[in-house]
Amino acid sequence: MIPHCQLPSHIATGPHVSPFVSHNEAGAPYGDHRSEDVHVPANPASVPFAVAPSTDKGEVAMGEPRKHTTTPYVTGNSVLAIKYKDGVLMACDMLGAYGSTKRYKSVQRIIRVNDTTIVGASGEISDFQYISNLLEELMTQDFCYDDGCTMTPSEIHAYLCRVMYNRRNKMDPLWNSLVVAGVDKNGKEGNKSFIGSVGMLGTSYTDSHVATSFGNYLSRPLFREFQRDDMSLEEAVSLMQEALRVLFYRDKTSINKFVLAKVDGEGVAISKPFALDTKWDFKAFMNPSKHAVGSW
Amino acid sequence: MFRNQYDTDVTTWSPQGRIFQVEYAMEAVKQGGCAVGIRNKTHAVLAALKLSQDADLSSYQKKVFKIDNHVGIAVSGLIADGRILCRYMRNECLNHKFVYESPLPVARLVRDVADRHQVATARSWKRPFGVGLLCIGHDQTGPHLFQTCPSGNYWEYYAIAMGARSQASKTYLEKKLDDFEKCDLDELVKHALRALEESCGTRKADDKDGKLTKQNCTVALVGEGKPLLVLDGDDIAEYVDAIHSEQEEATGAAAAEAEMSIDTSQGGDGAGDLPSVPTQAPTTETGAAGGDGQAEEQQPMEEG
Repeated sequence: MIPHCQLPSHIATGPHVSPFVSHNEAGAPYGDHRSEDVHVPANPASVPFAVAPSTDKGEVAMGEPRKHTTTPYVTGNSVLAIKYKDGVLMACDMLGAYGSTKRYKSVQRIIRVNDTTIVGASGEISDFQYISNLLEELMTQDFCYDDGCTMTPSEIHAYLCRVMYNRRNKMDPLWNSLVVAGVDKNGKEGNKSFIGSVGMLGTSYTDSHVATSFGNYLSRPLFREFQRDDMSLEEAVSLMQEALRVLFYRDKTSINKFVLAKVDGEGVAISKPFALDTKWDFKAFMNPSKHAVGSW
Repeated sequence: MFRNQYDTDVTTWSPQGRIFQVEYAMEAVKQGGCAVGIRNKTHAVLAALKLSQDADLSSYQKKVFKIDNHVGIAVSGLIADGRILCRYMRNECLNHKFVYESPLPVARLVRDVADRHQVATARSWKRPFGVGLLCIGHDQTGPHLFQTCPSGNYWEYYAIAMGARSQASKTYLEKKLDDFEKCDLDELVKHALRALEESCGTRKADDKDGKLTKQNCTVALVGEGKPLLVLDGDDIAEYVDAIHSEQEEATGAAAAEAEMSIDTSQGGDGAGDLPSVPTQAPTTETGAAGGDGQAEEQQPMEEG
């Protein structure tokens, strides 16, 4: 898969190996599996992210910058979030895809950060685990200060922007698109919903509805048309289900196993995994090649 | 100068279990110009008496600093040390704003400053900061007033005074404590200034007749939706004039009040439940720690 012959063997033997790490038998800390037959998604260009992985799959020539994580391995897909009357909803499926293989089917990609905030992630799952640890540390700090202050969703959003942008500047980006959603209870005029997005380069914005990756194309048109900040919980849930259904129909790397998370003045609630009713027995599906005359 | 063999560095305990360098540092705070802080449910204010080497020849030393839009401090003691802490606090606030796009909670800032105080008492190559801070601020949990101490202790208060002759101010604050909660910002500032005036004393060096003037005091205030404001000079003249004219209207009452405050300041420890740092009661340990401590501690109070 990786054409070793093009590189001098002492420079690099795998996508994640720095030239500065000695790679003889004794020195290799991780054994062989990192060096030779690393499973890389066959065609990096097919991985649906904003920035294409570098063409040399992370290998480093002498004098070039180090590129530690320029290919995602296990990835999650779209995360959706919308505001409603009392707070916010967030939803995504539970797939951890290995390239285009549906490898892990119970990956929780929405985490509760504190009583007012949840974070959802698409992109590299291991990087998200790292981000989860960072947030966990922050919350531990909040607890230890013991002064009654807790972080608001917008603070967590700002923090994640800094983290993502900082890693991008190190040429070592965290390969995620993040959605931060929650309720800010500190405002004078009551609870205030917040939804913000952070890209893998530290780009960020806030809106009444947000989606990552394919959701940007498949779900946000629905949100633009039907989402209102004063919609009821029932309306919001059915809109979210509709959006998830569309995603599942049209996005190859998704599965029919979702979680839905809610933040309101009461706190955070993350649902158990659920499936949506789908309909596939359309007439046009019976003989798929009928309208594709002249192919093979 | 040298009282005993146990006060040459901060990491040596005396046999009585005291660390003299830390106590000396706290003494420096007591000799600094007085500062008063008050807070109620909506606002927090600071008022500080500025000292001057010579009222006619030099300017007054600045001792109230804006840290951020929501935090301000008043310094008693070695102002130069105070400026180090001021720079540190400004840095912390800026860093927090950069990372979280929100103001740093006041309690956290004060705790971090107190930790810096403390570390300076635990390293043989360092010395304690010779300053106490009064820190006011406003954050998501409302207005706050903190005091820090060179020992690394810190306390939150509704009202407090520190520095030279601050006992007189504390007496005023204790007497008026119940009024603070319901009064508005202007009235809170006036309370702070009246409390400060109690501590003006009648010293030749810094003011003629123990009165506040627009030159010798500073006020800082902060509250919900009100960024920190430091008032100096002409900005404060209005308040100073106001309390003086009120005093003139009720001269009899004012005289009685002044008498009372002198009484209590002479009473010393009698005022009771103030934050008790070890040096506040040196008299009790005179026998053990050596009688020289007592005389020394009194003397600089007069020179200050």
